[in-house]
Amino acid sequence: MPSARASGGLSLQQQRQRAAFWFLAPMLFALICVAAWPLLRTIWFSMTDTTLSNLYGGKWIGFDNYLSIRTLSSGKMIFRGTLADPAWWNAVWNTVRFAFISVICETVLGMIVALVLNAEFRGRGLVRAAILIPWAIPTIVSAKMWAWMLNDQFGIINDMMLRVGLIEQKIAWTASTDTAMYAVLMVDIWKTTPFMALLILAGLQMVPRDIYEAAKLDGINPVKVFFKVTLPLIRPALMVAVIFRMLDALRIFDLVYVLTPNSAATKTMSVISRENMIDFDKFAYGAAQSTLLFAILAIFVSLYIWLGRVDLSGDSNR
Amino acid sequence: MKTLKSVSFYALVVAVVLFSVFPFYYAIVTSFASGTELFKVNYLPHSLDWSNYVKVMTGRNFVRSIGNSVFIATTTVVFALFLAVTASYALARVRFRGRGLLLMTILAVSMFPQIAVLAGLFELVRFLGIFNTPWAMILSYTIFTLPFTVWVLTTFMRDLPVEIEEAAIVDGATPWVIITRVFMPLLWPALVTTGLLAFIGAWNEFLFALTFTSSETTRTVPVAIGLLSGASQQEIPWGPIMAASVIVTVPLVILVLIFQRKIVAGLTAGGVKG
Repeated sequence: MPSARASGGLSLQQQRQRAAFWFLAPMLFALICVAAWPLLRTIWFSMTDTTLSNLYGGKWIGFDNYLSIRTLSSGKMIFRGTLADPAWWNAVWNTVRFAFISVICETVLGMIVALVLNAEFRGRGLVRAAILIPWAIPTIVSAKMWAWMLNDQFGIINDMMLRVGLIEQKIAWTASTDTAMYAVLMVDIWKTTPFMALLILAGLQMVPRDIYEAAKLDGINPVKVFFKVTLPLIRPALMVAVIFRMLDALRIFDLVYVLTPNSAATKTMSVISRENMIDFDKFAYGAAQSTLLFAILAIFVSLYIWLGRVDLSGDSNR
Repeated sequence: MKTLKSVSFYALVVAVVLFSVFPFYYAIVTSFASGTELFKVNYLPHSLDWSNYVKVMTGRNFVRSIGNSVFIATTTVVFALFLAVTASYALARVRFRGRGLLLMTILAVSMFPQIAVLAGLFELVRFLGIFNTPWAMILSYTIFTLPFTVWVLTTFMRDLPVEIEEAAIVDGATPWVIITRVFMPLLWPALVTTGLLAFIGAWNEFLFALTFTSSETTRTVPVAIGLLSGASQQEIPWGPIMAASVIVTVPLVILVLIFQRKIVAGLTAGGVKG
């Protein structure tokens, strides 16, 4: 009815769009307050010499927190700033190493667990409940539980390994620089494999069962079926799961902070940034490091989405 | 051959279950040991000594920390769900320009490294005068609970049948009425799931809680456990730490077991947050 529309002023569609705007506004305001604005302020702080005790007294110093080059009268060049800081590069290396190893292990183990759960057997519900337990335990609590199990004197892991004969003497897992990273990896893999398994399982359950039956009838090797049929079919789900895990792993803080405090062998980018920001009163310097972490993650995500053609929004299959 | 196959399959199943459950089981065993018993490796439960629990519950503000955590997590969830329901209706049901971009931005925020906003949030918290109060955590937890709840609720809402909404529109219902009267009753299961997941996320958070509190009375449970120490650096009170760990984990484990189907559905819909 054109006359009704003319007198009503707004079409239904316009009315709905107007309502949608007001529905979105509070959420957008909240996200700007806690995400966009703090992020911009962090970047701003990273270009000043602000200290924790004097948040508003910082002066603009440009990129000096990142890198500054000074030439002495003798002609010697002095590099300062995060990009010339070996401790920072050590943290970058620790984080990258941790992220890649943990995500690869979690994907492989998660795949195995998912394949097990995808089979039909008695007690499947029970197993699924059991693997949710590590996921539900707070990270700090799991760090403490494992710290106790990995204790050098009284820990059960040393005891087990001694009994089986895998090691000859007790290992100080979390304290020794050689093993600290293994300890962190162990706990993280234990805690996050279930999450990975559930995401992969969701992908697996979308694969129609008839495919397996047809393959079985044709007598095709199950391993071949897995690599030729199952894996390509669940690839989209897998790619999404991997990127979420990867982002989580690259920003890891709590586990490292509690399990191996102050160990240079495990200190990650998040840990070193916070340490500088809050503990060492180098607020702006820490802000520069966290800005760098943000930039690294942003580049990584864009590359991954672009190269893998990952469809995160799930819009295309609707 | 066939029996060998099924035996090895079940062996794998048992290994998976043992691997998942053992650390929690061992924490329970340890929490009931005290004195010299603590320093012997025991694979099976051997004593039932509640003294570690008594020590934790009576000493040093631990009950206070539980109270803080419950208050912070509950408020965060209520706040996030309230903002997310209306927002996800708009995102799932109304076509407008830039919707896809907005969804991607929200997803991007949920993947933010929290350390990147720490300096800015620290300033904001100081500016608002809420440093060392629960409100500092409630404000900062919005950064991961809100995008996550919006994202999951949007996927849930997209799947609701269009006919219901069309019928309501024909009856002259405004969008607000559609949300509160038509969609809310259908959304309850989704709200419970996302609420629970957001609650677990807020309950477990460490970085913000560590940075925005400065006294023992305002700590949340993870910070209290993380910083629980003995009389000296060398003497770590393992018994009480394990008791505290069991106390805060048992409710979560029970919740997860009750809601396991819903949680799995929510996790896979959101695909976010471990």
